[in-house]
Amino acid sequence: MDRGQLIETMQEILGPEGVIHKREELRTYECDGLMNYRVIPDLVVLPESAEQVQQIVKTCYDEGIPFVARGSGTGLSGGALPVESGVLIVLTRLRRILEVDIPNGRVVVEPGVINVWVSQEVADEGYYYAPDPASQIVSSIGGNLAENSGGVHCLKYGFTTNHVMGAEVVLPDGSVVHIGGGKSPDAPGYELLGAFVGSEGTLGIATKITLRVLRQPEDVRTLLAAFKDTEEAGGAVSGIIGGGIVPAAIEMMDALTIEAVERQVSPGFPEAGAILIVELDGPEAEVESQFDQVIKVCEDNDASEIRIAEDDEERALFWKGRKAAFGAMGSISNDYYVQDGVVPRTELGAVLKKIADLSEEYGLRVANVFHAGDGNLHPLVLYDNDTPGEADKAEELAGEIVFACLEHGGSLTGEHGIGRDKMKYMPQMFTADDMDVMQLLRCAFDPHRICNPGKIFPTPRLCGERPGPFHMHPVQKAGLAENF
Amino acid sequence: MQTQNVPTEGLQGIVGKEHVREASAEDAVDGVEPSLVVEPGTIEETSEVMKLASREGLAVSVRGGGTKMGLGNPPRRVDLILSTARMDSMIEHVPGDQIVRVQAGLQLQDLQDNLAESDQMLGVDPPEEGATVGGIVAANSSGPRRLRYGTIRDLIIGVKVVLADGTVAKAGGKVVKNVAGYDLSKLFTGSLGTLGVIAEANFRLHPIRETARTVFLEVDEHAKIANAVQELTHSSFSQFVLDALEMRWEGDRGVIAALFEGIEPAVEAQSSTAVEVLRSHGETHILGEDDGGEFWERFARRPWDAGDVGLKIGAPPSDLTAVLDSVVGAADRAGVGASLSGHAGTGVTFAGLSGGEEGLVEVVGEVREIRLRRGGSVVVQEAPLAIKEKLDVWGSAGDYLGLTRRVKEKFDPGYTMNPGRFLGGI
Repeated sequence: MDRGQLIETMQEILGPEGVIHKREELRTYECDGLMNYRVIPDLVVLPESAEQVQQIVKTCYDEGIPFVARGSGTGLSGGALPVESGVLIVLTRLRRILEVDIPNGRVVVEPGVINVWVSQEVADEGYYYAPDPASQIVSSIGGNLAENSGGVHCLKYGFTTNHVMGAEVVLPDGSVVHIGGGKSPDAPGYELLGAFVGSEGTLGIATKITLRVLRQPEDVRTLLAAFKDTEEAGGAVSGIIGGGIVPAAIEMMDALTIEAVERQVSPGFPEAGAILIVELDGPEAEVESQFDQVIKVCEDNDASEIRIAEDDEERALFWKGRKAAFGAMGSISNDYYVQDGVVPRTELGAVLKKIADLSEEYGLRVANVFHAGDGNLHPLVLYDNDTPGEADKAEELAGEIVFACLEHGGSLTGEHGIGRDKMKYMPQMFTADDMDVMQLLRCAFDPHRICNPGKIFPTPRLCGERPGPFHMHPVQKAGLAENF
Repeated sequence: MQTQNVPTEGLQGIVGKEHVREASAEDAVDGVEPSLVVEPGTIEETSEVMKLASREGLAVSVRGGGTKMGLGNPPRRVDLILSTARMDSMIEHVPGDQIVRVQAGLQLQDLQDNLAESDQMLGVDPPEEGATVGGIVAANSSGPRRLRYGTIRDLIIGVKVVLADGTVAKAGGKVVKNVAGYDLSKLFTGSLGTLGVIAEANFRLHPIRETARTVFLEVDEHAKIANAVQELTHSSFSQFVLDALEMRWEGDRGVIAALFEGIEPAVEAQSSTAVEVLRSHGETHILGEDDGGEFWERFARRPWDAGDVGLKIGAPPSDLTAVLDSVVGAADRAGVGASLSGHAGTGVTFAGLSGGEEGLVEVVGEVREIRLRRGGSVVVQEAPLAIKEKLDVWGSAGDYLGLTRRVKEKFDPGYTMNPGRFLGGI
């Protein structure tokens, strides 16, 4: 099938509006939220139903054409980076909320539904959807599922994987499976859903997703505490967690981040070497008692100022400052590189020190904003693309930072994913055997490696199939043999 | 059953003479007697044992505490029991990070005792005494507190496994938040030893809560249980406030129990509110921490004895009345005794059935047929061999059976691991 025939086939499935094939229009989709990598796909298709997704995938499978699924395109690891000579399946038109089932605490959505819509849909009933990545006003549930997105509240409530209860999935051969029990717990068989969530779009495309929604907490209390430096703030974090409190959120920003945020959105944060935002939620009596405990821990760690959000408005202001942190870097630097690494909480101090040393060594500023409760760092490496060589230097420094995370027992990524960006680092964290065994799963789902190829694993494993691009044998194609 | 020439000396060479013994009748798995029991002491030895087993074409069943050896279809073959009993240490516990790394053969109770010294715990509480951590992962066992902490798949953050061909691989890590690579820890959860040997596992931990209150209510109709459960879960008691919400039904009466754990003022306030909420449904009682502890020990037990048929029914929580009606109705018609318990807050119901073979098979069939229509699953968790021979313990698999089989065949192409025992005869 040549490109012309492929366009025709896709138009038959989707109608003329559902297929984008002009080069200048395809350019819109050349990258996701990570703009260092750009590839113009052969074709972009915009299905409106699960059946259309299935037909698209089946066509790709029959023709041996690689495909990549994309939601809102906010991913920060290049997970939705298109492949050359491949089809990009954009799921933004699959945006219906299909069912709200409050008695069972479930909402069934299509993958293009925006994260925050779910909470909006059930708010009147007193419910909400817990995972809240900073991108939640634009990122899609399908994308959240692919990346196993976190957010500021995942310390207490868990990640996307703890809130996705079932999925209808179009497998790379075009067949459809329903995995996870959905409304019923403990479906027999392997935990395929747990393996699928967070697989970065390499195992198939979810077309219907059953989410768990939670009852809104009775009480929420938030405070902001200023400290001399990140070390003292870190001491407060250890004190809070060590005291047996599981806060809903506990976030840290360093001086450079505070400066950028002030310039961008002026939340009126105090001048400080580090700021903590701590949020507790739950039953009133528990929150009240533990909140006093948190205040005391902050005081014991020499907090220079403690502000308690008096109402929802002030709470929203604290969070506005925090959630604007990435974007705000534009106000103090032409360019910046967002890193995502994880360290055990007890290693935070040591790793922050190492980052400061690296920053000095490379002569590049690094702003730190992170989920302190779970040790998930987001160092922002500031650089100027117009200065020759600085972009490369920034990437190298960002790499050194994740190596430092690994040295201290952490991980390459806490929530942004490996995608295209961190493939090259995978051998630092996993042995060849580790990666080979992970790819056995890939082989079971996608033996011909057509589903989001060239992501996660630096060395693709063969699945006992012939190497090279997949071409179905004529006998198999004619349905005369299943496997040839 | 095929008999296999088992290379005793080869195995002794790997693990030492004293750690290989001839199997006895007690080691039989659903009537299938293995030849040998092997107890490797390290991952390296486990890997060598698996290599040898694969090379010789032996079928291997992994055993931890042995509490779940009755789960699954009768195996097609068992030549070796690979026991994890000697791999029973806690490798690393960092209280400040609230994580632990353990060997699979460590018993949950020993782990909890150890963690308690730092006021921490692993948030699982399956009722089986003597269960090992690896066994809990492999069987996906859970208890009442799953309402708050989820099941073991929500707590596992890393795993080290040995595949049938001896390959040792890890996934995940020792940080709670981590999306690097595929999450094989979850894939191995509930895999019942059919994908490989779980050798080590890492978990996130939770603080032990200061005190507890139990509120319980007695009722005399199925619908009243369901109504009370719905009212509790949709009042201000979200899943992260209530620690457990369980029910039992025996004869013509039922009990619903709610557990609140936390600091004194909080559990005091919550239990009083719960009493208010439940008052209109029947007579309510409050128990303090000590009385509550004894109460839960009895209440969390599975509702069956040896020789009975034990079912685990997964259904939408709002369908609880239909679940109770279907089991009790079918049992009455077949002249079979039925008692039930369950994690009412999450939709898991256990049914213990006792009576004649024919009646038992009939009841399982009827309950399954209703579940098939209304959504959910019915797994036979325990049954005498004679009953297992008349039905598939897993019930009909969904449209994911083909995919399940492909996963199995990639990880264990020779069907070395626990053959025949899993879903679809895998």
